[in-house]
Amino acid sequence: MERSLMKGNEALAEAAIRAGCKCYFGYPITPQNEIGAYMSNTLPKLGGVFVQAESEIGAINMIYGCAATGTRCMTSSSSPGMSLKTEGISYLVGADLPCVIVNIQRGGPGLGSIQPSQADYWQTTRALGHGDMRMPVFAPYSVQEMVDMTSKAFDIAEEFRTPVMVLADGLLGQMMEPVSFPDSGTTGSSSPTWATDGHDNKRKKNIVNSLFLEPIELENVIKERFDRYEKIKEKHCEAAYENTEDADIIIAAYGSTARITQTAAEMARAEGIKVGTFRPITVYPFPEKQLQAACKNAKKVLVVEMSMGQMVDDVKLALDCKIPVEFYGRSGGFVPGPQEVLEKIRGMM
Amino acid sequence: MKKMNEYLIAGFGGQGILFAGKLLGNIGLIDNKEVTWFPSYGPAMRGGTCNCSVCISDSLIGSPVVDSPDVLIAMNGPSYDKFINAVKKGGKAFIDNSLVDSKYDGSDIDCFYIPATRLAAENDLKGMANIIVLGKVIKETGLATLETVKAALEVSVPAGKANLIELNMKAIEIGMAN
Amino acid sequence: MPNFTRPKSLVDVPNHYCPGCTHGIIHRIIAEVIDEMGIDGQTIGVCPVGCSVLAYNYFSCDMIQASHGRSPAVATGVKRAKPDRFVFTYQGDGDLAAIGTAEIIHAAARGENITAIFVNNTTYGMTGGQMAPTTLPGQKTQTTPFGRNTAVEGFPIRVCELMSQLDGVALAERVAVIDPKTIMGAKKAIRKAFEIQKNKQGFSIVEILSNCPTNWGMTPLESLERIKTEMMPYYPLGVYKEGSIR
Repeated sequence: MERSLMKGNEALAEAAIRAGCKCYFGYPITPQNEIGAYMSNTLPKLGGVFVQAESEIGAINMIYGCAATGTRCMTSSSSPGMSLKTEGISYLVGADLPCVIVNIQRGGPGLGSIQPSQADYWQTTRALGHGDMRMPVFAPYSVQEMVDMTSKAFDIAEEFRTPVMVLADGLLGQMMEPVSFPDSGTTGSSSPTWATDGHDNKRKKNIVNSLFLEPIELENVIKERFDRYEKIKEKHCEAAYENTEDADIIIAAYGSTARITQTAAEMARAEGIKVGTFRPITVYPFPEKQLQAACKNAKKVLVVEMSMGQMVDDVKLALDCKIPVEFYGRSGGFVPGPQEVLEKIRGMM
Repeated sequence: MKKMNEYLIAGFGGQGILFAGKLLGNIGLIDNKEVTWFPSYGPAMRGGTCNCSVCISDSLIGSPVVDSPDVLIAMNGPSYDKFINAVKKGGKAFIDNSLVDSKYDGSDIDCFYIPATRLAAENDLKGMANIIVLGKVIKETGLATLETVKAALEVSVPAGKANLIELNMKAIEIGMAN
Repeated sequence: MPNFTRPKSLVDVPNHYCPGCTHGIIHRIIAEVIDEMGIDGQTIGVCPVGCSVLAYNYFSCDMIQASHGRSPAVATGVKRAKPDRFVFTYQGDGDLAAIGTAEIIHAAARGENITAIFVNNTTYGMTGGQMAPTTLPGQKTQTTPFGRNTAVEGFPIRVCELMSQLDGVALAERVAVIDPKTIMGAKKAIRKAFEIQKNKQGFSIVEILSNCPTNWGMTPLESLERIKTEMMPYYPLGVYKEGSIR
């Protein structure tokens, strides 16, 4: 397949279009502006829709309306913008509407910085809106995975009637890497049975709604939704791991950090330190079983993140505190270098 | 260990730093290598200092951020000052000495000086000092053949600006001759 | 003589509105317009947070329940995906003129080809009668127990006047529903708004002066009298802007 050099943000946008995304709603914020720029240039030519909304709040609610019609749609933002979208995301979950939401993370809290960061892990996997809710999250680690996972995100969103997130960061969004576009699979059903797209007096009216005033009604709705999360766990919980069989130390990292730890692991192996790597591809659902399998012979686990330590919670929970877990991270927009990680590994021996 | 070359290109915004990096990346791509290109982004796009990291490797590249390059291209004084001591021992630095006054006095790296900005002005190639330096890099490192460079230009230059390919090739040749 | 019957576009269920509230009348005239235009199957309504949060149960067209203030953005998403459908929002004063100010202004400025039905009763009815952006100076509410003091709480927003300044607006009209004559006028304005949408002429908003006997502490008749004597002088009825934006 032909490879071309493309920025992560642009490749993601192209992948979305190839996956049948018809409408994009967004609001400018660095470091993800290439997505909106690409969409505004490309979608209208293909008969699609690009709207630059008045705010992130406006954008996510346009998604809510558009998704309610059964139309494949996507919005993207970066950390501060995600905070604004959380209300709308909760409603999307509450009304079981499929869509794809992209977060190209930058430093926080507050206005933070525009440099790469992974400090929204907690927000993304725990509290992306009020209420009893979850949402599947893909964490690509290369430009190629930005493409592959965006495409997959649309399918999973539709299959399970849920928003799905692609969680990347400024590093992946801004970098260019060779990428190829596989012929995409499905591009969505044209009019799902639940859509509020005008009934033409041919079916019963549909209602898109997240309000259930009777406790038993709401509880049932939520339980059914959590059953779907279990199915997602069974079917779509993904991880990649390497050289774990004889490893004394397993390094766990996701997204762009996993590239750096891979290099660090190679450097450590060259020094005779037995290191393996573990990379969650979905961060919700977290690949607990895969992690347990990868760590079965390990003496220690090292978690590396571009944050003060967030995914480390999930690693500890998955390992049930049976193996000591250490952490190394950088914050503020620093991308840790392989050398720093290697030094941390040496210190663990 | 796998073979990897790390490049850091630095200068002012507007000097074509990012484009030079993209061209370098496409050269790697045509040679069927793994490639990453990572820019400094944000306010630097608007006339401040600007740099980009390019890695070309036989296998998957870890960090696309280059802290200590094998090859540095310094297109102005501040970039020279900031990065010259970061170059790996045994590495190479290419310096536009029409804009950089300093000279490196160590012997741990090879320094090549080329008055790229002046050469660009003299040859009616305004704005192509970046490519002239790249020509010099290609000559001194044996990075690519002229055919590869031309093919890389064809995919790097935006569609509709194809007329620039020839001018860029001229700039490459001037860089190689100086 | 024809019988007075329920419009087809209203579902045959009891509604939850308080006795004497004008939401029922407003629902009815919207449904009559939809019936008369024969567009029940082509219409999607977006209801707000507020007293009319359950309006999705009452109209027979497809309905979407939006978060507080965001229905103009939601309606934008629907309309952009389905440009040939009729899309209306149904919003109260807190929803449209406080928490949702940005959404309504920008949907209007973009000239979204949708209709906003804006029910102005100068209070937050659902939450127990707090001060709204349209609460009149001196008006007592749960959160202005001594009357709205403009030196402290500022001034009411005249939405139609504001909207009439935007180039994307094809219709901004204020009506009331206090007697047969004004109700007929209100229905005419809603019909006009839907026709504008049909002809793709731009954004339309119909502001309807409405009551809240429960939170105003009045009988229904007293509340209608208040609309006439207190609201209409501050919020004059009339057409503030009309004409295709294209």
